[in-house]
Amino acid sequence: MNRAVLGAVTVGGIGVGVTRWLTSRRTKARAVREAGRWMMVTINRDPDEVVPDGRLPEPLARLGDTIEVQVREAPGGRGTELGARPLRPVPAGVGEVLARLEGEDPRQAVRRALRQAKCLIETGEVLRPDEQPDRPTPTGRIVDLAAQRAGGEGRL
Amino acid sequence: MKALCWQGVNELTVERVPDPRILNAQDAIVKVLLTTTCGSDLHLLGGYIPSMRAGDVIGHEFLGQIVEVGSEVRRHKVDDRVVVCSIIGCGRCWHCEHDMWSLCENSNVKPALTEMMWGSDPAGIFGYSHALGGYRGSHAEYVRVPFVDYGAFSVPDGVDDMNALFASDAAPTGWMGADLGGVRPGDVVAVWGCGGVGQMAARAAILLGADRVIAIDKYPERLAMTERHIGAETIDYTRTDVIAELKERTGGRGPDVCIEAVGLEADATGPQRVYDKAKQRLGLELDRPFAVREAVYACRKGGSVFVLGVFAGLVDKFPLGAIMNKGLTLRGAQQHGQRYIPRLLDLMDKGELRTAHLATHTMTLDEAPRGYDLFKNKKDGCVRAVFRPWA
Repeated sequence: MNRAVLGAVTVGGIGVGVTRWLTSRRTKARAVREAGRWMMVTINRDPDEVVPDGRLPEPLARLGDTIEVQVREAPGGRGTELGARPLRPVPAGVGEVLARLEGEDPRQAVRRALRQAKCLIETGEVLRPDEQPDRPTPTGRIVDLAAQRAGGEGRL
Repeated sequence: MKALCWQGVNELTVERVPDPRILNAQDAIVKVLLTTTCGSDLHLLGGYIPSMRAGDVIGHEFLGQIVEVGSEVRRHKVDDRVVVCSIIGCGRCWHCEHDMWSLCENSNVKPALTEMMWGSDPAGIFGYSHALGGYRGSHAEYVRVPFVDYGAFSVPDGVDDMNALFASDAAPTGWMGADLGGVRPGDVVAVWGCGGVGQMAARAAILLGADRVIAIDKYPERLAMTERHIGAETIDYTRTDVIAELKERTGGRGPDVCIEAVGLEADATGPQRVYDKAKQRLGLELDRPFAVREAVYACRKGGSVFVLGVFAGLVDKFPLGAIMNKGLTLRGAQQHGQRYIPRLLDLMDKGELRTAHLATHTMTLDEAPRGYDLFKNKKDGCVRAVFRPWA
């Protein structure tokens, strides 16, 4: 098999895989939206340190009444499970993709706030990323876009 | 300041970049006195680790002097001579408190990239791509060290800079492989790879009481160095059937603990060499797992395999059936350096652990691109090229 044919087969295979993956993701994403999925983070502190006198940690408090919050003790002495989710509807379909790229999906702000709250409560500060090189290249722009959004994402 | 920057696949240049600044109250600025190449850097050079961008400063294994501290730094002060762990750990999350520092939950400030790749985010690492935090690396005159109270360790007066340097990464990585691999007195241990980490894993196994330690590589100078400086037996895998040789040397059982210290750019002999290299070139497989496969087949029934070498993603033809049916334990990790560095510095102080022989080539930072050429292509017997930014 020459390289061109092999390449076409490879690209075709990847295309099929990506299509199936995206289809599967869309289905799962719809299910998640319908269920109003909570975003959760486990903080290595007791509940009374996480929400003293019922006060939310500052990064979450800044989101005010745009979110709802739940707090529960984590099993096995692992501290506190802190959850939050946006109250306003989250975008779907193409709108979701565009909102994510723009950093406008409300879930991104909630995720970022949860991660910042965890870091602040556990370490006393919100760790800042290093200053990045200013060297525009095509691949660098993709990495930049992913990295800029990555700070507000992540499994929680 | 001057720094060695990644510009693209197999392209490094020495550039002027802005000096680092204190960004958090628990940061310090360290003046880098020694910084070394590491085999895992080669994966960045080769383009195997995604999310590098032009201008990123690489390097993660270093020693230096603290020149500035943030207002909340308590355990260190200006002028301290410190070796800094390549892994950034906050010291207070659940994983750090349980001595699993490379799983720190707070130090990777760009977690979504690794969540997409691996399902969760490990700790940040100096100079090791935006997937692992995007921190500037140590091949520079200065570096910012977050959570310095937990990641920097004062070097005892009796330990010289060149020995202490390798307490940053190679020595604790090797020690972790032997420790978490479960090496016990009387064991036979096999180590794949006689680079810096492999040699340190072999030495750790000896110090933990292994009866025999057998190291595997193909480069004569590395095999000779491992015999002479580490005290391990060796096997040249280009001259013999490794699995048959290990069976013969272990009474037919196979090694009790197998430590893989090679990583995703492993080399091999025979048809699998062609097969995996072709799949990797076509993008159908990210990593070449020759050494891990061999370790799984060689390991005794009920034994333990520890993966120290860096892998980025997916491998093919992985012998899961052997793992299950032979009752093996398979583990891996980036290094939990903060757990081991104090003990390693103590062993160095007592003369029981020597590492300076790994530094086969020492040069200025301006010569760093040449150092990486020597290191990557194993020219002139290079095991590690060490840079002195202030020479």
